[in-house]
Amino acid sequence: MSAPQMGEPQGKPLPVAPADFTKSEMMIVAAARELAGQRVCFVGVGLPNIAVNLARLTVAPALELVYESGAFGAKPARLPLSIGDPTIVTGATAAVSMFELFSFYLQGGLVDVGFLGAAQIDRFGNINSTVIGEYEHPKTRLPGSGGACEIAINARQVFVIMRQSKRSFVDRIDFRTSPGNLGGAEAAARTRREEGWLGSGPTVVVTDLGIYHFDETGEMRLDSIHPGATLEQVRETIGWDPKVAEPLVTTPPPTPEELRLIREELDPEGAYTK
Amino acid sequence: MKPQVSADEDPGRGKVTSMRDAVAALVHDGDVVAIEGFTHLICFAAGHEIIRQRKRDLTLARLTPDLIYDQMVAAGTARKLVFSWLGNPGVGGLHAIRRRVEAPAGEGPAGGADPAPLELEEYSHFGMVGRYTAGASNLPFFPLRSYFETDLPKANPLIRPIRSPYGDETVYAVPPLKPDVTVVHAQRADADGNTQMWGLLGCQKEAAFAAERVIVVVEELVDEAVIRADPNRTVIPGLIVDAVVVEPFGAHPSYVQGAYDRDNHFYRDWEAISREAATTQAWLDEWVYGVTDRAEYVEKLGAERVASLRPSGAAPSGSVDYGIYR
Repeated sequence: MSAPQMGEPQGKPLPVAPADFTKSEMMIVAAARELAGQRVCFVGVGLPNIAVNLARLTVAPALELVYESGAFGAKPARLPLSIGDPTIVTGATAAVSMFELFSFYLQGGLVDVGFLGAAQIDRFGNINSTVIGEYEHPKTRLPGSGGACEIAINARQVFVIMRQSKRSFVDRIDFRTSPGNLGGAEAAARTRREEGWLGSGPTVVVTDLGIYHFDETGEMRLDSIHPGATLEQVRETIGWDPKVAEPLVTTPPPTPEELRLIREELDPEGAYTK
Repeated sequence: MKPQVSADEDPGRGKVTSMRDAVAALVHDGDVVAIEGFTHLICFAAGHEIIRQRKRDLTLARLTPDLIYDQMVAAGTARKLVFSWLGNPGVGGLHAIRRRVEAPAGEGPAGGADPAPLELEEYSHFGMVGRYTAGASNLPFFPLRSYFETDLPKANPLIRPIRSPYGDETVYAVPPLKPDVTVVHAQRADADGNTQMWGLLGCQKEAAFAAERVIVVVEELVDEAVIRADPNRTVIPGLIVDAVVVEPFGAHPSYVQGAYDRDNHFYRDWEAISREAATTQAWLDEWVYGVTDRAEYVEKLGAERVASLRPSGAAPSGSVDYGIYR
């Protein structure tokens, strides 16, 4: 991608209908828009990676991309398959050791938003990426924390991107890898204060069906539903009775320009967006 | 005690030796081995030589075990993993390792070369970096603001809360990690092991200083004058290096900034290869046991594959002037 400029004239914008974009594209666009005004973002691979790069080209031109592998101010010239890719170093502001990255940048409080994925999430945004089943004899051994638990604790906010299903949006997670709002907002705020966490925990969960924020009790609330999705689908794919905002708005569909950037610049092979 | 690697008679060759001799002299059964490099500069060549020499009962430490430890576990070299993220980056899981740790579905372990359970000792990335840092700086622990309100300290009792001596704050501590051997891959070193690297630096410096013995593997052996012309780029001093192995393309399918790209096709291919114990063993037979050394592996890979991984252009750094002061 050769540093495309935002807002290039595209002629008369055509209306975009749900049939014209994929669920992944809607997730990427919704997450990117949530990054408006943010400065420093800790990036993960896959959808977050595309979302953050889209935000940099649209709503958050000053966004600095930090990869936990040690690149700060990255300007990847192609979509990296993993967070370790030579393209995130060439042209970056700084390539630092992981000690510096985790100690000074993250624990030092310089990261505004950290993106996390999860195998399981509960209503308070607590996350499991370690095991399904018992720890000692897991049914499925997942990757584990990586940097997730310190990101959850030290990034100022945590964004989550994941698809909804009864297996992933669960009443009780099997293992707490990364703390969210614990058992509720009040207890979480007290714990964060007492233990000196810099983060305020999860603030946004973007799924294939909608956008959730967290209400005053610390619980996820569906604030926006994606075009084409129904409340029935939302309830069928979540392991508890979800709170729904009144009024519930519909997520504005991707604009032609957002779709062009994703399809032509960020993921031309459709590796993550099909 | 540091065993000596038999260096060449020529004193100019310093610590330069072959991978076979370095691994034979410096890696022993039962050792704690760290082949570090965070996605970048992972020395597959050393891992494969350890497999060929049939080392056993190793404790393998790495933040991200990656394909190299999946292969080493499949080959039966390991009894334990110390890690923080167990996956195939950007692709999926590490199946040879998962076969050794997941609950058997009815009939017992799926069975690799060594079906015995694999012991896991699990941290977070920052925890692992902190462990090497404590090991390198001769400290009894490393304190960090992580692990609060998670199940990780329950899963690994070595992660412990500690009270600040200067106030009421509690942080978590992790113990030092001091590998018996750390293997580091780099762009270049001189014959004494003064090592320069660029790109993602991971925690190789910490892992090397923490280790009893250090093997440095490089794409290029350079004159001492090249090192001295750019001292800021020296990450590991020859002082702590026991052997220097010159092994071009030794990191494949990992990558070396400026020299070759990550072979993402192989990372994707491993997903299918490693799904079954039999196909995993067949791959090891062909690509590890079936070649004598890295040079033969590269030849087998073929010139076309190698060429396809070269950077599409150059992006040299500007040079800086250190000045002369007499």
